[in-house]
Amino acid sequence: MKEPSIRRRIIYDKSFKIGIILLTFCSILPMLFILFFITSKGISVINWRFLTQLPRPVGEIGGGISNAIIGTLILIGIGTAFSVPVGILAGIFLSENRKGKLASLTRLSVETLQGVPSIVIGIIAYIWLVVSMGSFSALSGGVALGLMMLPVIITATEQTLKLIPGSLKEASLALGVSYPRTILKVILPAGVSGIATGILLSIARVAGETAPLLFTAFGSPFMNRNVLKPINSLPLMIFNYATSPYPDWHTLAWGASFILIILVLGLNLFTKVVTKRWKVQF
Amino acid sequence: MESTVLKIEKFSAFFGENQVLKEVSLSIPQNRITAIMGPSGCGKTTLIRCINRMHELISDARVSGKIFLDQEDIYATDPIIVRRQIGMVFQKPNPFPMMSIYDNVIAGYNLNGIRLSKDEKDKIVEESLRKAALWEEVKGALYRRGTFLSGGQQQRLCIARALAMGPSVLLLDEPTSALDPKATSHIEELIVQLKDTVSIILVTHNMAQAARVSDFAAFVYLGELVEFGPSGSVFTAPRDKRTEAYLTGKFG
Repeated sequence: MKEPSIRRRIIYDKSFKIGIILLTFCSILPMLFILFFITSKGISVINWRFLTQLPRPVGEIGGGISNAIIGTLILIGIGTAFSVPVGILAGIFLSENRKGKLASLTRLSVETLQGVPSIVIGIIAYIWLVVSMGSFSALSGGVALGLMMLPVIITATEQTLKLIPGSLKEASLALGVSYPRTILKVILPAGVSGIATGILLSIARVAGETAPLLFTAFGSPFMNRNVLKPINSLPLMIFNYATSPYPDWHTLAWGASFILIILVLGLNLFTKVVTKRWKVQF
Repeated sequence: MESTVLKIEKFSAFFGENQVLKEVSLSIPQNRITAIMGPSGCGKTTLIRCINRMHELISDARVSGKIFLDQEDIYATDPIIVRRQIGMVFQKPNPFPMMSIYDNVIAGYNLNGIRLSKDEKDKIVEESLRKAALWEEVKGALYRRGTFLSGGQQQRLCIARALAMGPSVLLLDEPTSALDPKATSHIEELIVQLKDTVSIILVTHNMAQAARVSDFAAFVYLGELVEFGPSGSVFTAPRDKRTEAYLTGKFG
């Protein structure tokens, strides 16, 4: 027979464990609900035409979201093309210069940029590009998304490179390899998994952004491949359709939401694969 | 009289306000193993890092004095050129983790953008691995990652990588301090074989190791070169009291 005090401890121990498991389960519930809800509402409209056709005017049956899908891809492409080189270089600078005025100023700016509300980023891109170029455009929307991706990529690059042992850099320099080549050919490849993870997560993060696109990419009912013209995107389309008074458009918005969430989910899963596959063991 | 490969003249090194080396003068003989001994923090590692200018990675490091490699002033030459002539192996084996064994050996060429034909590369890889006594163990696994090897094999891979550049001097910074006794004796045998190809400077705080492998020995204490001479006489009849005290285990 066990002492009562020990039995009390065992009970306490067990209930604590059960409590942790229950609360962990609670944290995945919202995700499951969202997935279930959007799938049940949206999957009924998904078919080949939905993915490949343009939207139709109110009243006409059918119509698709092909311009929004292409638009989202173009916007992400522009954002990535602009934020990845800048982000990686800034990340290298920060990991190579841990002290110094410019480094701490950069770090502060990156943290601040991360906290800037997305609508404000949209306004900045509006003033910089839309006003100066005289038109809403995919370019301005892409830049707004790129600005939002930047802090994520910089931080991911800096943190990844900081973890790479200094002995690797020494090994390269001791072979007479120049500093730039050491960074590009030894340090970056050793950190490729972490940097790629940062880039993919930043894309997943902005793929669903609406606010920065409201007065930059603006939205468009047409298929547009000109980056200097307004362009549609999935979140913009969802916003416009969901706030419209037409039930048909509400259904399309559910379908677009489903596509968007599949895109984001797919990106996150792909990120996990990349992180694992490209991992360099020191 | 031995011919000299590396001549160090009144060499001092500082980290900020702190003087780590005090007017060290030393002539490193060619194709011999020179051991640099001394207690931790005496400046022996700093001394060899100054020989291939690796100390320049530390921002507040500065030096005075001269080091000549075959009459050429190292500090008047580009560090990139210096480091191709003076190879270095570090305390902890540090093969490039994202590269295969083959690519690790040829890394000095690939990373420097020196183009070689496949045959030339194959030849350099095999020769370097043979010199590092690793060829027989890895010849079937050249395209596996270097980090799969054991610690001792990794260290020999690092030696092969340094040898591939055809250096005239090889700096070994406590190359066995992270290895077990068996791997250590393997590396020691290797070092002795290597002196026909390259002049070796071996930093160690293991006196027994210095006695086993070195031809010449230097004792550094508190940044000063206390004694330098043929190992036989340094170990059996040290001239300086501090050397004797260190060798007999009174400090260190």
